[in-house]
Amino acid sequence: MKFTEYLKYLVIGTLFGFILVKSEVVSWFRIQEMFRFDSIHMYGIIGLAIIVGIISVQIIKRKNMKDMHGNPITIPPKDASQVTRYIVGGSIFGFGWALLGACPGPMFALLGSGLTIMLVPIAAALVGTYTYGLLRDKLPH
Amino acid sequence: MFDFLYQPWPWYLAGPIIGLTVPLLLLAGGKMFGVSANLRHACAACNFGNVEFFNYDWKSAGKWNLTFLVGSVLGGFLGGYVFANPEPIQLASSTIADIQAMGIQDLNGLVPDDLFTWGALGSGAGLIVLIVGGFLVGFGARYAGGCTSGHAISGLSDLQLASLIAVIGFFIGGLIMTHFLYPIILS
Repeated sequence: MKFTEYLKYLVIGTLFGFILVKSEVVSWFRIQEMFRFDSIHMYGIIGLAIIVGIISVQIIKRKNMKDMHGNPITIPPKDASQVTRYIVGGSIFGFGWALLGACPGPMFALLGSGLTIMLVPIAAALVGTYTYGLLRDKLPH
Repeated sequence: MFDFLYQPWPWYLAGPIIGLTVPLLLLAGGKMFGVSANLRHACAACNFGNVEFFNYDWKSAGKWNLTFLVGSVLGGFLGGYVFANPEPIQLASSTIADIQAMGIQDLNGLVPDDLFTWGALGSGAGLIVLIVGGFLVGFGARYAGGCTSGHAISGLSDLQLASLIAVIGFFIGGLIMTHFLYPIILS
């Protein structure tokens, strides 16, 4: 990858991290509020993000748009037949999301905001990921 | 003039910008937005014990995403440190009452000091939140094949049924944790 390639993804990531903080999506308090259905805040953000995402993906697909390198854009479909994996794995993720009050993106944005303690859940998430890799063949999918 | 950089941004402005991450990454290089894949790439970079799940060329698969992740840390630094909002978050009054009833005292900043300081690691609740919480996020994201970005934003943007099922799972777990387990953990 060339330097300008790195720069491209660095800039998009920076925009993402900045907005995660400015919208307070990274906040433990906002996640509590969301799971208590006390405010439209998080639902409005996720809902509008999905609407913008759906419209853009449809435009990209219908116009057969290419990426900046001229390559066709293909989105691999996910296998919806693995219901166990999505419900059980998803619920385990939900336990962690509510407990920590942060999902992976916010964990790193919070670290950037100066909360060095986030290194602990990030390390724990790496151990969790590694543990899944170890147990993968024994888990129902 | 730069007041808006310090102030929190309303949901109706932030939501669409977050959604734009999906087409930006697709147009930039045909990449699908998903943060938790980076945790797998990091495991693949080390891969102690030669675990098959981490046996792939993480450099060609993940360099762009790890770069995106470094950007997210930088964006967090800009948004939460350089242009930090000095005011407490404007939460729903019912949430404040519920949080205080669980024993959380600090309502300033993005996260409560009760749980998110190095000193909190000395308490049982802090240990559970930071270590068990982090572990479940990492384990669950890979088990489900994605996290909030990969399933709730990317997957639903592509109208994937699998992602809808996963998001339902996220809420099953999140609601049980928030309403039944969290009060026990903090008591």
